[in-house]
Amino acid sequence: MSQSKVSIVDIQNRIVREFSLLEDWTERYKYIIKFGSKLPHLDSSKKVENNIVKGCQSQVWLHAEFSDGKIIFEADSDAAITKGLVALMVHLYSHQTPSAILSTEPTFITEIGMHEHLSPTRANGLASMVKQMKIYALAFSS
Amino acid sequence: MQDWNNIRNQFPVLKTQVNGYALSYLDNGASSQMPESVITRLASYHQHEHANIHRGVHYLSQTATTTYEETRRLVADFLNAESLEQIIFTTGTTDSINLVAESWGSSFLSDGDEIILSEMEHHANIVPWQMIAQKTGANIKVIPLLDNGELDLDIYANLLNERTKMVAVVHVSNTLGTVNPVSEIIAMAKNVGARVLIDGAQATPHMAVNLQELGADFYTFSAHKMCGPTGFGVLYGNKSLLEAMPPYRGGGDMIDKVSFSGTTYNDLPHKFEAGTPPIASGVVFGEALRYLNKIGMDEIAQRESYLLKYAMKGFKSLQRLQLFGTSNNKTAVISFLLDDIHPTDAGTILDKYGVAVRTGHHCTQPIMERFGIPGTIRASLSFYNNEADIDALINGIKETQSFFN
Repeated sequence: MSQSKVSIVDIQNRIVREFSLLEDWTERYKYIIKFGSKLPHLDSSKKVENNIVKGCQSQVWLHAEFSDGKIIFEADSDAAITKGLVALMVHLYSHQTPSAILSTEPTFITEIGMHEHLSPTRANGLASMVKQMKIYALAFSS
Repeated sequence: MQDWNNIRNQFPVLKTQVNGYALSYLDNGASSQMPESVITRLASYHQHEHANIHRGVHYLSQTATTTYEETRRLVADFLNAESLEQIIFTTGTTDSINLVAESWGSSFLSDGDEIILSEMEHHANIVPWQMIAQKTGANIKVIPLLDNGELDLDIYANLLNERTKMVAVVHVSNTLGTVNPVSEIIAMAKNVGARVLIDGAQATPHMAVNLQELGADFYTFSAHKMCGPTGFGVLYGNKSLLEAMPPYRGGGDMIDKVSFSGTTYNDLPHKFEAGTPPIASGVVFGEALRYLNKIGMDEIAQRESYLLKYAMKGFKSLQRLQLFGTSNNKTAVISFLLDDIHPTDAGTILDKYGVAVRTGHHCTQPIMERFGIPGTIRASLSFYNNEADIDALINGIKETQSFFN
């Protein structure tokens, strides 16, 4: 392994810890939006039809590459809150092995009080995004 | 003079608290709410009256049939339709349009015929026509939108010709609130011998509709936007056309005689009503119509026009806001954007303040394409909304703007 990578569980724990310091929904959403604004720029060549995550009210692009046994995710969204949630998911699953991604659920979403964004009626794409990441993990593990 | 405060109090769901705020329900374009009397009617039907209809000789079946059929009379009266046979019950507007496109289209459309739709149609009044056009070789022409959200009738006039077989347009735009001049649109279509379908889903909840005056061949709407239940709707049709059209679905209730050597069909309206319908929903919709009749559709239209005026006065105090659909002739629908704040983000923050709006493309992607936007935030009002709901929306918009500032 070229670099030691923090486990998904550790990352989730850290996110949950940081959110526990935030007082109300305003602070939580502001944190999420700020997290999204730090997401590395997604090249326009990767904002193609094939990378669009379906089932989102806002536009979400997810690009995946497999390198050295790990999946590198890149993503973007045109909505600020969605982009923040997407950035958290990239932070969680990028540079992880397919088996680690498949065996670890993103439980932090519920723990930081964002479970409403997983509801299918929200149609904001977080659930579709999680599913798409798992599909990539499955594809790269076979 | 109506006591609007008392009317509002008849809607139990409006007393809901959301995130510590009183709910401001401004998503009536998607679905309206039910008053107490309609909710109670559903329970009493199940407690005392339920049986399958149109087939039993026993007491309950006879009563349920009478009650269910009473709704047909209420609908015919509501629309001022010529006869009960012209009122077909469906599962809603989408179902009604699919019925016409498939049944009428498969018999009356052929290669090279033209169907005229408009750029402001709901997907439910686009896709069924695309499907039947593909099957029959008919072509679809589109009436474009003007900047203010009205239809370009000059272009419509140019689109009409002897190949035009159907003009299918919306009465009131769900996204923009524009009330289309349907009388004029119908008259122009009749001049070239075309049939007309009017999607009335956003009209019947807000104004009186007189079909004998309008002269549309087909008119359709949904119960759940009129204080009624989901999964129930109406298709009104020209009687001779309905008679000439083949059944859309086969099964019980729609037959006269069934044999393996051939089946004959039931008379109107049952020819188009295969299978056991949502009986309770039909009964309850009758109660919803009684409720609306009691208030009066003209009173409702005036109330909503007042609420729209009140809202627009408040919107004048807002900055960095773009309105879509600014026709002088519109229902109480306000579609807007807050500069570059994504509508989904705005909807999420508004929800935190108890304000329920719809965000996105509202199943009208061609409108979004026309204006070059990803979607809008839509507040759609009903007669039971009040000034406080609108104040909450305006405050919520200010909070949303300062949140994303």
